[in-house]
Amino acid sequence: MLRDLVLFIAQAIVDEPDKVTVNEVEGERAVVFELRVSPDDMGKIIGRKGRVIHAVRALVQAAAAKEGKRATVEILE
Amino acid sequence: MRSVEKTGRTVDEAIGAALAELGVPKSDCRIEVLAEPSRGFLGILGTREARVRVTVKESRAELAKAFLAGVLERMNTEAAIEVRPRGDTLHLDVVGKDMGILIGRRGDTLRALEFLTNLASSKGSGEALRVVVDVSGYRKRRERELEEMARNLARRVMRTGQRAVTQPLEARDRRIVHLALQGSKRVTTHSEGEEPFRRVVISPKERPGPEDTE
Repeated sequence: MLRDLVLFIAQAIVDEPDKVTVNEVEGERAVVFELRVSPDDMGKIIGRKGRVIHAVRALVQAAAAKEGKRATVEILE
Repeated sequence: MRSVEKTGRTVDEAIGAALAELGVPKSDCRIEVLAEPSRGFLGILGTREARVRVTVKESRAELAKAFLAGVLERMNTEAAIEVRPRGDTLHLDVVGKDMGILIGRRGDTLRALEFLTNLASSKGSGEALRVVVDVSGYRKRRERELEEMARNLARRVMRTGQRAVTQPLEARDRRIVHLALQGSKRVTTHSEGEEPFRRVVISPKERPGPEDTE
């Protein structure tokens, strides 16, 4: 469900939604979602001063907290 | 998204058939030509009709609502979205259970939700529209709190004759403070400092001193 959330938001923001992938990695203390987008969409998903990825993290963290979990999103090149 | 595929002897004919079925003007649609017509050999062999796909463009309001609904669903929240268009601002009010989660500390989550809804709905659309997201009337409550704080500070300024400074506020909150005291005869407001620590300063209005009067 959380993975779906990351995917849904990322696809709504980028120009090439079919190039978005999200990999879920179970960490020791938190779930990490590894997000990959087309190289041309890197700027879009990060945003000016990181505003976009910051907002994505805020929503994912809120959704995770609801289920008593911790989660974070990392962008991979 | 509503979309149809049609064929015709020419591209225009195929588009015409599609628009007739959708019942919307061409300007509200996105058109893809899937196949150009070909007359074939001597008009017999290998003739091919034109084939087009016509899709009704979604408005920003529809995109915004669909995005917000999609996020709420994936956050596992049971909520309904009320849509209130007001001029060039679209208000999306979320009401339902677990709303605290959507607001977050000091409205952090709500701010993120609103920011992403604006971003996602502006993609591929030049339509100027500001989307304001509210959850269970949080913004309205916050607005009233800010107005009350502004009036309290203004009273202190009038009593002491000393200027007063708010805590750091974001632009939209500073605006509420400025507006709340705009009509005051005895205090004036301006902002000071760099983001994200910009604050509103409330100072006494200068009255003409004895030297200034004739």
